[in-house]
Amino acid sequence: MNLDLILGILQIVLIATTPLVFAGIGELVTEKSGVLNLGVEGMMLVGAVSAFIILVITGSYFLAFFVSILSGIIMSGLFAFLVLFLMSNQIATGLALTIFGIGLSSMLGKQYIGTPIDGLSPWFFVIFSFLIVFLVSYFFYKTKAGLVLRAVGESHNSAHALGYSVIKIRFLSILFGGSMCALAGSYISICYAPMWQEGMTAGRGWIALALVVFATWKPERVLIGAYIFGGVTILQMNLQALGLRFPGQFFSMAPYVATIIVLVLISSNKLRIKLSAPASLTLPFYKGR
Amino acid sequence: MIRIITFLSTFLVFTFGSAYADPKKVGFIYIGPPGDHGWTYMHDVGRKYMESQLGDSITTTYLENIPENADAVRAIRKLADSGHDLIFTTSFNYMDQTHEVAKDFPDIKFEHATGYIQADNVATYSARFYEGRMIEGHIAGHMTETNTIGYIASFPIPEVVRGINAFYLAAAKVNPDIKMKIIWVFTWYDPGKEADAANTLINQGADIIVQHTDTYAPCQAAQKAGVYAFGQASNQEEFCPDAHLTSIEDIWGPYYAARAKAVVDGTWSSGDTWDGMDKGMVVMSPYNNKLMPASLIQEAVNMEVGIKDGTIHPFTGPIYNQAGELVVPEGEVAPDGMLLGMNFYVQGIDGEVPQ
Repeated sequence: MNLDLILGILQIVLIATTPLVFAGIGELVTEKSGVLNLGVEGMMLVGAVSAFIILVITGSYFLAFFVSILSGIIMSGLFAFLVLFLMSNQIATGLALTIFGIGLSSMLGKQYIGTPIDGLSPWFFVIFSFLIVFLVSYFFYKTKAGLVLRAVGESHNSAHALGYSVIKIRFLSILFGGSMCALAGSYISICYAPMWQEGMTAGRGWIALALVVFATWKPERVLIGAYIFGGVTILQMNLQALGLRFPGQFFSMAPYVATIIVLVLISSNKLRIKLSAPASLTLPFYKGR
Repeated sequence: MIRIITFLSTFLVFTFGSAYADPKKVGFIYIGPPGDHGWTYMHDVGRKYMESQLGDSITTTYLENIPENADAVRAIRKLADSGHDLIFTTSFNYMDQTHEVAKDFPDIKFEHATGYIQADNVATYSARFYEGRMIEGHIAGHMTETNTIGYIASFPIPEVVRGINAFYLAAAKVNPDIKMKIIWVFTWYDPGKEADAANTLINQGADIIVQHTDTYAPCQAAQKAGVYAFGQASNQEEFCPDAHLTSIEDIWGPYYAARAKAVVDGTWSSGDTWDGMDKGMVVMSPYNNKLMPASLIQEAVNMEVGIKDGTIHPFTGPIYNQAGELVVPEGEVAPDGMLLGMNFYVQGIDGEVPQ
């Protein structure tokens, strides 16, 4: 193994893992406030297609990412309205959001399939993904607002009794999650594989969801987990290309197996669950009860 | 009022007009979206060709993004239940599902792409893509400078293994030092993962990328890294003009039109079709004359002629397997049975076919 080869592998791992970090950290903030949004995949796709369309029309990368994040805010705002104000079931609504996103993105992108674009260098976003994880971590554990957000996720009734607006805080957390998922999507369609193809996120939204559980709801662990998931995939490709015998099928399912193992480990001990999962996750909040 | 009358008359013409003509309904099951510019795209091009040829005597429907699992049964059954007369299932792993539904609908004709099991109402069809792989291998053997070829493979099914072997045999013939690096990605469709695999292969020294997956992400990655690539299923030159040497194009239209016509005429019968370049089912995209020397293009064209008239066969003996056993004796060509079930690498390829 020479240095160039290792540096090359590192580059590929960084580029491939960044969308998982964005989507994972976005979903983590949403879940920390006590809301489970299963619409990650759908929001990523809508983010990916809107960035691509705007780039084709205007030629401006800035506008592309701006509109993409806006689309994430709109998608997650819709979700937030349904689950926070109409008290709809979070799991069903999230799944519906994914299905809606898949369909909407296919419809919007129909005439843009196969339009060639110039991809953007991914390195700004790679660095930004690290930064955002540390910012979120700082926000959670070093600021009062972060403490309040976590409190809302642990016990919305207590937070409400203390005078914090549970609905507002959850709304903002969901919007942050949506904008991060859209950013992950636009990174995929503009930097990672510069093209628009239907369903091109290919299940990364679900991996991001698994990642949050794998990380036991800790921001730095999302980063670590994402790089384990991403690194293992690229590593097994390298071993295959070197001619070593390797069960590639196994590595395709590895993220999910790892998540199940973590779930089993943390749920084997009631205390561990209490320390990890936000206690009010998926519970609807009825004001005034 | 006029608007209502117009609406009603259009309505009547459409309902009764079509009922009178009794067009046959033809349905398609697609594994990906028709916009993938690869495998599904070419089936959709075939479907449109069929429509243009048969006009009002047929109507067509397609269901896209159908996974190769129990969902496929539901999708095929849905087409069967809604009165389709002919149903094309366009991926290898729809095999069991196609037969499961076909059993319940003996009057409906089914056509399963790249399959090998027939029934009274299930025909199979495929194209001899490996003929194109041979030409790609020949070109790659001449064009590579690092003597390293990167091959992105999808699933370890005979179709894909056959392509790898045909490619390698032709490449090693012109360049005995050639080495193949193969990555199995276990997906037909994941632009990100396909790009990762291409970049990994390039990083390991491959200067020609071959793919057996469905999007143009690998060709794009090759373009970015400044190496060559072969496209897949359709002409992908516009996405990677400085990397694209040629593509193997799948031309399904004439076959689809002929089979649909047989249903319209009532002459359809089950069978197995496996056509290649001679019937125009496999076509090479225009060779890139900016990248390839004219003499090499001429050799490729000559090979096409040879394959068409039968003087060249990609699997001509002597061919050995990895254990060194002679599988095709000198002077003979591999029988179709061996090709259809091919699950081993030929001698010279490192690694093993994943089980």
